[in-house]
Amino acid sequence: MSLTVDIRKNLGAFTVDAGFEAGNGITTLFGKSGAGKTSIVQMLSGLMTPDTGKIVLNGKTLFDSASRLQVPAQDRQIGYVFQDARLFPHMNVRRNLEYGTRRRKKQGNDAPKFDDVIAVLGIEQLLDRQTHQLSGGERQRVAIGRALLSSPRLLLMDEPLAALDAERKWEIIPFIQSTQREFGIPAIYVSHAVEEVLQLADKMVLLVDGGVAASGPVEDVMNRPDLIRVTGAGDPGTVIPVWVKDEGVDAGVARLSFAGGEFRVVATGLEKGTRLRLRVRARDVSLATSRPKNVSVLNVFEGRVTAVSDDERPQAEVSIDVGGATIWSQITRRSLHELEIEPGSNVFAMVKAVAIDRPAIRT
Amino acid sequence: MFSLSPEELEALQLSLKVSFWAVGISLPFGILTAWCLARLEFPGKVLIDAIIHVPLVVPPVVVGYMLLLLLGRNGALGSWLHDTLGITVGFSWQGAAIAAAVMAFPLMVRAIRLSLESVDRRMEQTARTLGAGPVDVFFSITLPLSGSGIVAGTILAFARALGEFGATITFVSSIPGETTTLPLALYSLAQIPGEEGGALRLMIISVTVAFAAMVAAEIIARRVRRRIAGP
Repeated sequence: MSLTVDIRKNLGAFTVDAGFEAGNGITTLFGKSGAGKTSIVQMLSGLMTPDTGKIVLNGKTLFDSASRLQVPAQDRQIGYVFQDARLFPHMNVRRNLEYGTRRRKKQGNDAPKFDDVIAVLGIEQLLDRQTHQLSGGERQRVAIGRALLSSPRLLLMDEPLAALDAERKWEIIPFIQSTQREFGIPAIYVSHAVEEVLQLADKMVLLVDGGVAASGPVEDVMNRPDLIRVTGAGDPGTVIPVWVKDEGVDAGVARLSFAGGEFRVVATGLEKGTRLRLRVRARDVSLATSRPKNVSVLNVFEGRVTAVSDDERPQAEVSIDVGGATIWSQITRRSLHELEIEPGSNVFAMVKAVAIDRPAIRT
Repeated sequence: MFSLSPEELEALQLSLKVSFWAVGISLPFGILTAWCLARLEFPGKVLIDAIIHVPLVVPPVVVGYMLLLLLGRNGALGSWLHDTLGITVGFSWQGAAIAAAVMAFPLMVRAIRLSLESVDRRMEQTARTLGAGPVDVFFSITLPLSGSGIVAGTILAFARALGEFGATITFVSSIPGETTTLPLALYSLAQIPGEEGGALRLMIISVTVAFAAMVAAEIIARRVRRRIAGP
């Protein structure tokens, strides 16, 4: 799959001017509310028309202002999962699911099969229900199934978990992961929640004020110190790919390998060899200029300072390279001066094992 | 026991037939008109809206006379219909149906338009992303979702058609067995001294039929609503 987007649209309050590319897997459009995320997916779907620009999916032009080409939404074969599910109220679950299937343009062999989709999404028991009898999480699973069953070439998911409470969210994420694993339909996933992105996305397009501030693999974008104000959302941190070395036999403390060594975190039930993403928050990382002795902190990494944020705030973010992985530390500017930390300094970064959240599982 | 005389039965049957055809023929146009007014922006929309509402605000006699001028044997459209197609609508039950349809049309359009405007447009957009074209969206989403309003509009128009008097008597006169519907029969009886009893019976029949129609409308509308929104 290849999607090339280069679109502009004046929306009154602000202007969308975005260019990016997406491939297989899940690409997240990430940004604060009002960054233009929803407008962009609406234009991809054909429900909104850009002022100028071009959208090409798998070599087929869907929109081109230069040649006045606009493929209507119903002919784009792009599935759309909305934040509010939008199940048709006058149809039961089965008829909702079949709505797109009955209308799909051609019957490919690789199109998701009805029985497979309901099994993967765990909605077999719901088929004869009316939509008002479903919980929020069930509605969203049916909405995802309905979109998949229209055999789309691209799936748009516009904050599909935003209307759910935290617990439901964690219930739905594995379903999205398994649909991705089973059917492999490339997806654009709109979100402003870091934890969803870490679980789901391969690639990230960072949107700021209607424009693309950065794009690339999730780790690369999330770990760029110059974007800390945008990706951090008040609680900056870096994303570190790890794999499970052993699964918490040592008094509930699991060991996770990464490029710069080994993380110890409080976690159980992790399967050995699983790839994970750890998010290490800058405020949980302290720094020392010599190897600390007799400390309770389990994770101490030697590294080199690559960047120090230089604005006027009393706290500063220090970016540290630990064997190729990036860790940020948020310390006071006072400590920064006392310890004489500057780019090039050797430091020891300390991360408490209990400070790290449940790691995001990557499949 | 309340049994109907042959004349009363004839008037009732004729009323139902006239109203049924009046509503049946005008419903597709009513839905189309309501959809255009609810969804499209075009120059002259206000004018179209006003023209549709004319029968609601002018005296029915005026509408009947306009129909006579237009569709009567010597009318502009009427003479053409007679000469080329051999159709005469003046002084026939078909003419009565046309008069009833014109009078009921604004009520029908109003009710359907309101319900079309209340349909969640986002459902229609969702259907498009699932591969449904505009006509498909209309029949699979818009129409079912506005079902209760369409039922209400239809029954309202039916009840209005049952009660049509002024335009009918002006356009097609009162011919027993052809154009003498319940209200026309009632009017004739009321004119004759000593026939108060017959007039009263027709009044009861009229009220009963209209009442039954409104109750049926409410029951159907509720059922449609429950199917859509849940109990």
